[in-house]
Amino acid sequence: MKIGLPLLAVVALAALAWLGCEYLRLQVLFGVVLPYLALLLFLVGFVYRVVLWGRSAVPFNITTTCGQQKSLPWVKHDRLENPSSTTGAIGRMILEVLLFRSLFRNLRTEKRGARISFGSAKWLWLGGLVFHWSLLVVLLRHLRLFLEPVPVVISGIGAVDGMFQIGVPVLFLTDITILAALAFLFARRVLAPRIRYLSLPADYFPLLLLLGVVISGILMRYAFKVDMLQVKEMMLGLASLHPQLSMSAGSALYVHIFLVSVLFAYFPWSKLMHAGGIFLSPTRNMPNNSRQVRHINPWNYPVQVHSYVEYEDEYREKMRKVGLPLDKEG
Amino acid sequence: MHKGTRIIAFIAVFLIIATMPFLANHGQASADPEVSLDTPAVNEMPVKQCIEPLQDMRSEHMQILDSWRDRVVREGQTTYVNSVGQPYEMSLDETCLSCHSNREQFCDSCHSYSGVDVYCWSCHDGASNNSNGGVE
Ligand code: HEC
Ligand code: HEC
Ligand code: HEC
Repeated sequence: MKIGLPLLAVVALAALAWLGCEYLRLQVLFGVVLPYLALLLFLVGFVYRVVLWGRSAVPFNITTTCGQQKSLPWVKHDRLENPSSTTGAIGRMILEVLLFRSLFRNLRTEKRGARISFGSAKWLWLGGLVFHWSLLVVLLRHLRLFLEPVPVVISGIGAVDGMFQIGVPVLFLTDITILAALAFLFARRVLAPRIRYLSLPADYFPLLLLLGVVISGILMRYAFKVDMLQVKEMMLGLASLHPQLSMSAGSALYVHIFLVSVLFAYFPWSKLMHAGGIFLSPTRNMPNNSRQVRHINPWNYPVQVHSYVEYEDEYREKMRKVGLPLDKEG
Repeated sequence: MHKGTRIIAFIAVFLIIATMPFLANHGQASADPEVSLDTPAVNEMPVKQCIEPLQDMRSEHMQILDSWRDRVVREGQTTYVNSVGQPYEMSLDETCLSCHSNREQFCDSCHSYSGVDVYCWSCHDGASNNSNGGVE
């Protein structure tokens, strides 16, 4: 059920776009209205979530440290694992975003007999890294459909990605790596019993949706051919806010666009929002300088306090009369 | 908002990146590519027809070329019979480029518009056609 429902949803979404364009001729809906709506939801949702995070309390300096803190000059300070300055924290953040360093430390914990043993578990890190980098390259490659003239960098990325010149149209390496990484990340959830137990539909849906996007894109390149010239005209139309419709571009295109639209619309409201959240993780973006700078919770409001000293000042006479002990014989 | 300027800067950077295609295309009319059919061979044709129907050529010409390549180089065949029974020699230089001898204005202009990097030309340059106006 946990897998079935998301799978059904993705298949149904793809079928919806196919039927809608092939038989009901709803190209305007799937090619213009929904993509714009999805983009709007994406932008608004992203900003909304970031603002929400920005407004939440940071009561403590809760940076996660994995190396030697800055201390005495003769103790070697680990600047990136335990940054004490903003620059260091930025460096750590860059490495985190580009290389997923905290995932690299992922451990496998097992009970061997009576003892607990820890081993390294790098597969998740590798699968995640391959997926995210492939996605970046795929996204950059797609810019050729949105920019005219195509920047040299973008066509260069395409040329490098297709450097083995396998088949026609040329096989892009990232098409293979993204598919393999997604398949691995999916298989991991299904096959490893503990991870399957933890997984929810909200974990499977994004994976399956991404698989749907990738598969529909690859199929469009090799099996259900579309007229790329019209695709580019359409995308330029969308990007210049003068939408141009193409009724003959082939329904496979609309399946792909619709799945991408769903992905964009779903993004900010789901766990995929970690893309923005990583920058706002207090455990990663705060320098560990709690011994140099006092962290004051910015949400502290002035509290009316009545200290014991003030209390004694107020009731000194009465206290003395009944013989209570006094700190100060004022 | 705690560290409000940083949050706002982050949002601004995000919005610029996310709407980059819109900013780049702002106020630009999308220019269609020049795909010129003006070659001596095509001008002589009574009916302007490619080897397969136009719609198929637009989306599938690379796969036709791929199958031609395999059939010529691996299976030693030489003749392609199209969907209406007309035979063609399976050759990129001798067939495609004899009609489309204006490679720069035809194949290349469309490919650069679509951002496709076609590497065939490092070997197949159609030179045998360009020198004598696309006629064998
Ligand atoms: C109407 C535009 C157009 C014209 C004209 C055109 N092409 Fe293409 N061609 C494309 C597009 C678009 C692609 C990429 C298709 C894709 O990515 O699925 C392509 C891809 C190719 C590819 C595969 C490239 C690759 O590595 O993926 C070859 C080979 C090719 N074209 C050959 C030719 C030749 C030869 C001519 C001239 C006789 C020509 N094309 C004319 C639009 C065109
Ligand atoms: C490394 C050089 C090289 C590259 C690059 C190359 N080819 Fe070829 N191609 C050849 C050679 C050599 C032959 C064999 C010629 C012969 O048998 O007469 C050939 C034959 C062919 C043939 C059949 C015969 C003919 O004369 O056309 C086709 C079709 C073909 N190639 C298409 C392509 C396409 C499409 C591309 C780009 C996707 C491409 N080739 C890239 C070298 C190359
Ligand atoms: C007999 C001459 C001839 C040959 C050979 C020929 N073409 Fe064409 N091609 C044409 C004509 C004429 C048109 C325009 C057809 C039309 O407008 O209906 C055309 C159109 C095309 C188009 C679509 C252009 C557009 O306006 O979108 C492509 C792509 C194309 N040809 C590629 C090829 C390729 C690749 C080959 C070799 C496999 C080839 N042609 C062989 C004459 C030819």
